[in-house]
Amino acid sequence: MKGNTMIPALLMLDDGTCFEGYAAGACEEVMGEVVFTTGMCGYQETITDPSYYGQIVVFTAAHIGNYGATSLDSECPNPKPEFGASGIVCHDLFTDAENGNFPHFRAENSLNATLAKMGISGIHGIDTRALTLHLRMHGSRNGIISTNLDKEYLLKKVKELPSMAGLDLASKVTTKEKFVFDTDPTPFLVGKKRDLTKKMLNVAVIDYGAKRSILLHLFNNNMHPTVFPATVTAEEILAAKPDAVMLTNGPGDPEPCDYAIKTIQGLIGKLPLFGICLGHQLLALAMGAKTYKMPFGHHGINHPVKDLTTGKVLITSQNHGFCVDPNSLSENIKITHWNLNDNTVEGMALTNAPAFSVQFHPEAAPGTWDAYGLFDQFRAMVDDFYKK
Amino acid sequence: MPKREDLKTIMVLGSGPIVIGQAAEFDYSGTQGLKALKEEGCRIILLNSNPATVMTDTAFSDATYIEPMNKFMAAEIIIKERPDAILPTLGGQTALNLLMDLHHMGILEEYNVEIIGAQPKSIELAENRQKFRETMEALGLDLPKSALATSFEEAMDAINKISFPVIIRPSYTLGGTGGGIAYNIEEFKEIAKGGIEASPINQILIEESVLGWKEIELEVIRDKADNAIVICGIENLDPMGVHTGDSITVAPIQTLSDVEYQALRQDAFRVVRAIGVETGGCNIQFAVCPKTGRRVVIEMNPRVSRSSALASKATGFPIARIAAKLALGYHLDELKNDITGTSACFEPTIDYCVVKVPRFNFEKFAGADNTLGFQMHSVGETMALGGNFREALQKALRGLETGLQGLQNGKLEPEAPQEAEARREWIREKLYLRRPDRLLLVYEGMQLGLSVDEINEITGIDPWFLLQIKTILDCENEIREDFSKDIVHTIQANEKNTEFAKKLRHYKAQGFSDARIAKLCTEALNKTINELDVRTIRELNEVTPVFHTVDTCAGEFEAHTPYFYSTYDANYADPLHTAHVGTNKAGGFARKVVIIGGGPNRIGQGLEFDYCCVQACFSLRELGIKTIMINSNPETVSTDYDTADTLYFEPVTTEDVLAICHAEKPDGVIVQFGGQTPLNIAEALQKAGVPIIGTKPQDIALAEDREEFSALIEELEILQPASGMAVDLETACKVAANIGYPVMVRPSFVLGGRAMRIIHNEADLIDYVNDKTNGLNIGVNNPILVDKFLEQAIEIDVDAVVDGDKVTIAAIMEHIEQAGIHSGDSCCSIPTHTLSDEIKSVIRSYTHKLGKALHTVGLLNIQMAIYKGSVYVIEANPRASRTVPFVSKATGRNIAGIAAKIMTGLSLKDVNFTEEPKLMYHAVKEAVIPFERFPGADVNLGPEMRSTGEVMGIDRSFGMAFLKSQAGTRTPVPVNGKVILTVTDQDKEPLVPLAARLKALGFTLYATPGTKEMLDNKGIETKLIVKIGQQRPHLLDFIRNGEAAMIVNTVSGPTSARDANTIRTEALARRINLITTLSALRATVEGLEARQQEQRVVAPLQDYYAGYIQGKAND
Repeated sequence: MKGNTMIPALLMLDDGTCFEGYAAGACEEVMGEVVFTTGMCGYQETITDPSYYGQIVVFTAAHIGNYGATSLDSECPNPKPEFGASGIVCHDLFTDAENGNFPHFRAENSLNATLAKMGISGIHGIDTRALTLHLRMHGSRNGIISTNLDKEYLLKKVKELPSMAGLDLASKVTTKEKFVFDTDPTPFLVGKKRDLTKKMLNVAVIDYGAKRSILLHLFNNNMHPTVFPATVTAEEILAAKPDAVMLTNGPGDPEPCDYAIKTIQGLIGKLPLFGICLGHQLLALAMGAKTYKMPFGHHGINHPVKDLTTGKVLITSQNHGFCVDPNSLSENIKITHWNLNDNTVEGMALTNAPAFSVQFHPEAAPGTWDAYGLFDQFRAMVDDFYKK
Repeated sequence: MPKREDLKTIMVLGSGPIVIGQAAEFDYSGTQGLKALKEEGCRIILLNSNPATVMTDTAFSDATYIEPMNKFMAAEIIIKERPDAILPTLGGQTALNLLMDLHHMGILEEYNVEIIGAQPKSIELAENRQKFRETMEALGLDLPKSALATSFEEAMDAINKISFPVIIRPSYTLGGTGGGIAYNIEEFKEIAKGGIEASPINQILIEESVLGWKEIELEVIRDKADNAIVICGIENLDPMGVHTGDSITVAPIQTLSDVEYQALRQDAFRVVRAIGVETGGCNIQFAVCPKTGRRVVIEMNPRVSRSSALASKATGFPIARIAAKLALGYHLDELKNDITGTSACFEPTIDYCVVKVPRFNFEKFAGADNTLGFQMHSVGETMALGGNFREALQKALRGLETGLQGLQNGKLEPEAPQEAEARREWIREKLYLRRPDRLLLVYEGMQLGLSVDEINEITGIDPWFLLQIKTILDCENEIREDFSKDIVHTIQANEKNTEFAKKLRHYKAQGFSDARIAKLCTEALNKTINELDVRTIRELNEVTPVFHTVDTCAGEFEAHTPYFYSTYDANYADPLHTAHVGTNKAGGFARKVVIIGGGPNRIGQGLEFDYCCVQACFSLRELGIKTIMINSNPETVSTDYDTADTLYFEPVTTEDVLAICHAEKPDGVIVQFGGQTPLNIAEALQKAGVPIIGTKPQDIALAEDREEFSALIEELEILQPASGMAVDLETACKVAANIGYPVMVRPSFVLGGRAMRIIHNEADLIDYVNDKTNGLNIGVNNPILVDKFLEQAIEIDVDAVVDGDKVTIAAIMEHIEQAGIHSGDSCCSIPTHTLSDEIKSVIRSYTHKLGKALHTVGLLNIQMAIYKGSVYVIEANPRASRTVPFVSKATGRNIAGIAAKIMTGLSLKDVNFTEEPKLMYHAVKEAVIPFERFPGADVNLGPEMRSTGEVMGIDRSFGMAFLKSQAGTRTPVPVNGKVILTVTDQDKEPLVPLAARLKALGFTLYATPGTKEMLDNKGIETKLIVKIGQQRPHLLDFIRNGEAAMIVNTVSGPTSARDANTIRTEALARRINLITTLSALRATVEGLEARQQEQRVVAPLQDYYAGYIQGKAND
């Protein structure tokens, strides 16, 4: 049995449900909203996705860490500090190749060592199915992971943690300074290469917790990203004269982000907009719609979404706990995508302005490449906007 | 788009007899597909020659044709039934090939039959290597580089463009003989030269080697709207170089990162779109270089496959069902996932680990090379689900029923050194060979000090898997050195101890069985601890498995179908399982009954037993009894999620079955339908208080105990061949001498005639007993049985149902081949066609006597022999036999279902089965034997069963039914041409009339000198053909030149067998009709004569059962 991976730890939920396991990663005490993700691969992309900030991610997959970790799979865009999940919960964490050459050609280190380096803590050896079923039946809730085995203390502490509803986390994970994103050297594919014959446009990316893959996809679609802090104003964006604006994904509740809503309101109709995830919810709020918290959200890479324009189904990557209320949409919005599992809104387009958004993650990472086309659609919308 | 209303009548093609590479999984897919079509209100026409299948039950189609699967028969059926569409994608390669034949024939177009599921163009693109390659290259997808060469010069030219190592495969050679791997130019020259010579068309394929690369398969479904989803990714633990059917495979994929996986997924979709599969399932295989990530496409199957059956069982997603619905025009998003009620258009995700392990039968093909390669050799498989890979792997290994209790050292050859270092080096060498037991070699090698890196280098097995195996090994060592003391202590104290329980659960979660833990303790402490001791202390400490649901979604949605597996790697029971176990009575069920399945298929225990289990489920459901299925075989209908009310996908071992029984508390458990597997554990289950229903295990055991059974037979005044038992060589010789040669010898307690031989003299008997390779290990605990061998006797099989009081015979079957050939390998007929009424009444009276004397409740099978006018009883088995499905299909009476009802307490009268069915037509069953997969093996039929499957012919007369049965196998009977006759002295006289009839049928006769002399003397004109020897051209040249249409070749004893083996191997390779007994020749002649006199009947079983088809009843 190996090193720090056999230190007993507890996961305590705020309803008093407690799971015993062993500490992983940084082995520190962490709290957050406990959510489960059903993806069977792409754990590193998940853990480094800033949208999981403030959350403890439960992996339902039996084995985690099998192929190690590599900076190539990190979803935190350079030069930002790494913001990802607050903690992780897994069933069988691969800890056999600690401190050695990790036996996968892409890996730089083991997942456990990488987590420790990133300062992310976790717990493993957990009955994750029982935990998942508990969350499904009782809804996502706050939890604490600790090597302090005093259950009373843990329960008291976790009860003090505020609910995710009403929390503005985007401002916590956004970049402090504006920066220009130049593509990292990616020796491994993302499925699409830049068309060098096409004109490079400039796109302003408002960073609510952007994944690196979004920036990469923009770049590959000949849209050079300049990343702005979440609190940027419409005036500041317009002054920079970008060709289009990308509203990114991010953590937390969209409702309290009034600064972002205001900025978006100032941009609608003036520049082409594309929103993903939190960006989608913020666009809806900016259009006067409402959002609500889902019982346990969508986290995984197998969610079927029907594209109402083409009639085709996309298998999508998803990670959200809030959702746009379809009954609150104004006449200027049409729904473009539906979730086939629970009939929630997955995408919308404005009918009176060049703007559209999706709840799922077309940039995948992790997940299928079914929705890559949305970046082409964005580019086409931008081209179309300037043709008129 | 919703269902197409214009497709009302659908013709479905099955997969024919079970052969290696095309097995029970197609019965599973077919049955599921038929159910789906039926649900949509289609009229279904089914063609499948295999009577042992569930899908050929008349309940699943409106017109069920058990007929040879050739284009002529299919065309006649099309003309008769006028289907709107034909669906070929559920019946494996056989169905696709037949479809292509029909397509080229033009009959489909002529009769306006639409092809659904896959289009000929797609099939051709996928199956033609060259076209497939071109299509892939056009997409920019990578393939292993390759070239064809038809001369040595061409080969030398080609090798310049391909880097070493390369694989050389001669075209059209049996078992790929003449091929090999070349690591350098010298090796290449040698193999290429030999390969070109070996190939009948002088062609070799030279291919870049991707040996040792990761082998990944994706199961894809696509619909007409171009929605495509991956149902399951499967990773082979055995990398490229071992056929995936022979590999240990794992789901989900374990060692690919997200980008690597998604790139494969994207490639897979591009392949599917380019090939044009648009309404159904298909399978795409990739190789991925572990050092660079380079990925190449290996192949794609435009149909459901063995892997899709595995994927369905592994995820819970019913691929065949959905594929059938898509073929009717539905789109994926219009269909529901039955398990959760959410959309079927999604990708299943799983929160457990699935491991499949193949089962081999090399021991039955002495002389064949057991190196695994590109051609599949396994005959069955077992799958296990566990909370982690280690648990799943160990469960799968103990479910394999090869004597393993989990991952452990195997039995190595006697020449393997005992000394550790030498043994390690010996193992290192053997690891280079791809042997069926390589995983056990890896385990022992690791134990002896081979490092993960070294093993990875040699075998290509990914380090992740090897490190998991190492964890198992570490645990084994901990148990030996440390935990064994705790166990013994706790057992002695008989106490509850939290700390102990926690540790025990930890080891159980690594997959260690009670039996394995007991063995490790016994070895470590030199003190006998048995499985029961471990189980008792484990249960006392409440260390029991929890049952999780296979729900397609990792718990994200509520599941409704009770499909469970056990795991110790969890602490909380699945609420669905708890609710399910708790509410059985409230669910409106009067009782619940467990049916134990047969585990992995193997020669001697195959699909037939699964058929029986499935029928038991169906019929008990009719009685309002809740059925619970326990089985570990992913290929089967029994493990479909809606066959029984509840499914436990678990190894069929005492421990695993008991855990389920403890949770479910069934009212009854059925052990007599799953072959030997459930019977092996019946006694232990009964001792543990499990209520076994039907014939009592002790009565089943009595029938298997030769001495007790002999005594019983004597008491009943029934004739039996003289017999004896021996525990050493000396007594064996004495017993044999007393009985008189020839004798039949075999180990006790076997199924499928394992190591059974006919011995003609003492020298051969000594050889047999001393032979270390046949696994005999004669001794006090392993006695051998010696029986008088009844030469030239007619063998009879009887299947009956007994309710403890009354006996109803279902069928008396007469074998075509004489006694001495295993009943599973011989051809047989219902009704009998040469027996007198007196003989039949003796058979009936014996059956009644035995049924009562054995206190049978359920099925009874008796084998008899008619020797010199008297009936002898060979053996009786009060349980389901291999012939049950054949009897059911021939008679139209579902005797397995009837027997299941009897076992719940009903009488034969209650279930309306009191009369022996009287047939006005004939049904003939023929066996299919996989000799072509085992070049070098003895191809002569004998008492050891080697067939994998069967076909049935049904018609008015015996002759026509026999011809159809032959046509259903690989080598149909020719109607004209040259016949080679070469028979033993004993057979020469009786050959004369048959030769005359052959001549009259228009055949040209060729005979070897001795045979010719006899025929010439009797005035039958023949041409001379010389035996294999110096003089050329000889018999073999004649065969090789493709001149023979039929070969009649009989042998007596082992002496003339070598020449015969050469002749027969050659005949098999060239698919020439080969007849090895005069009785088979007689049946063939009778068939050919019938063919001249009458039209064959093309009719569904339903017409036979309804009495529309009547022949001469000679019974």
